Amino acid sequence: MINAGDTAWILVSSALVLLMSPGLAFFYGGMVRRKNVLSVLMQCFIIMCVLSIQWVLFGYSLSFAPGKGFWGGFAWAGLNGVSAFEPYADYAATIPHQAFMIFQAMFAIITPALIIGAFAERMKFSAFLVFTLLWATFVYDPLCHWVWGVGGWLRNLGALDFAGGTVVHINAGIAALVTALVIGRRKNLDSNVPAPHNLPFVVLGTGLLWFGWFGFNAGSALTAGGLAVNAFVVTNTAAASAGLSWALIEWMRNGKPTMFGVASGAVAGLVAITPAAGFVSVIPAMIIGLSVSAFCFVAVSVIKPKLGYDDSLDAFGVHCVGGIWGALATGLFASKAVNPAGADGLFFGNPKQFMVQLITVAVTIGYTFICTFVIYKVVDFFFGVRVNEKEELMGLDLTQHRERAYTVLE
Amino acid sequence: MKLIIAIIQPYKLEEVKEELYKAEVNLITVSEVLGHGRQKGIAEVYRGHKETGNLLRKIRLEIAVNEDFVEPTINAIVRGAGTGETGDGKIFVLNLEECVRIRTEERGQVAIG
Repeated sequence: MINAGDTAWILVSSALVLLMSPGLAFFYGGMVRRKNVLSVLMQCFIIMCVLSIQWVLFGYSLSFAPGKGFWGGFAWAGLNGVSAFEPYADYAATIPHQAFMIFQAMFAIITPALIIGAFAERMKFSAFLVFTLLWATFVYDPLCHWVWGVGGWLRNLGALDFAGGTVVHINAGIAALVTALVIGRRKNLDSNVPAPHNLPFVVLGTGLLWFGWFGFNAGSALTAGGLAVNAFVVTNTAAASAGLSWALIEWMRNGKPTMFGVASGAVAGLVAITPAAGFVSVIPAMIIGLSVSAFCFVAVSVIKPKLGYDDSLDAFGVHCVGGIWGALATGLFASKAVNPAGADGLFFGNPKQFMVQLITVAVTIGYTFICTFVIYKVVDFFFGVRVNEKEELMGLDLTQHRERAYTVLE
Repeated sequence: MKLIIAIIQPYKLEEVKEELYKAEVNLITVSEVLGHGRQKGIAEVYRGHKETGNLLRKIRLEIAVNEDFVEPTINAIVRGAGTGETGDGKIFVLNLEECVRIRTEERGQVAIG
């Protein structure tokens, strides 16, 4: 039976999640040097265009059509049989099938956009387009099927991933690490560590992400009831806790709390609560949020400089590290009292759930690492992934798009 | 006393600064300017409308030095900013009439360093 309230909430949530992509564009765009800001905005926006089309043509079918081990196949290609009026009960019994489809489309869009942070300021636009399309098709779609699709083997194993900690954040975070490693460091990084060119943009982006994340997590309840309310409340609590704890860590370590730090912390908290949002209550959410900042802070300010890879905007350090913590914390704090359809975690007497979460994380890391590497190498062979040195120094706005963001005169 | 004005590529600023420090030239003023030389800039396109000969961002350095520092300063800028490509920039050397340190009202060569 179609429920009008549920349908309305999922449509609103879909719009909220879409807004996260422009939000991410500003979050990332503010962090790069001003000669590259348009290239980052452009990459985020073109993903909205390309993946919206990929999704309705075959992406949704590969991810969610039932059966098949590796992915869903082409039975629902072009939305064939995906009704705008009737529900598909295995996914969501009270909303039209196409409402579920368009909600999921927004996840498929933002996931590859997250990777941009790793190779920002040095990737050729043409190669980026091909890489993104291949990555969405051969990494995101299969993994989405395994965790969320009917017949997906990680779903059958009992993995808990409420709103995409594994499928979205660990997945994109590992892809970010791989691309940062193979594309190499930006030029002149040692003599001149680039400062973010517009921190207010970063804060604006964080605000839009936080706002949109209510659709991401509370919308993942797929109904407009108590489960959505729980997800909404724990999402806000985790983001707040993580933003605060990042500021406190900086205060103790560096003497002053920073705006950039609070923004980074809030996003890390949102990432960490994503897989847990429908399974944990508010105090665990606070613990998850308070602690994720410590992990991510160490990843971006201690481990990254020590290892020397250039994950320009910390897509790995925030999304993968925060995502792994969230997935494991779900295995610790999940409770059937919150969601009877879920499971109990380690702290509620079920250590097996923690093991399942661990396996899911390991499988995601392994599959994404290898696949992303292969796709990168194929694209590099045919197109050349990195811009030449002169183009990098002049900036991608001018060399890839023939426009610039800011004028100096007038 | 001379005033050295150099126009360089923005991304070369850090290297030029390092070379200047090595040559013990520590006092510089930096500003952002627009310009183009033989390179003629890069065509920008806005909604299909092409604007050729656009001005490119450059960095302008101003350094006031005493005579013995003129050659070391020029050499440092050339080492830091040179790539052998078009667009590396220019160095202008001008005679400097007077120099006053505002705090002490000292004038001339002592005021420069």
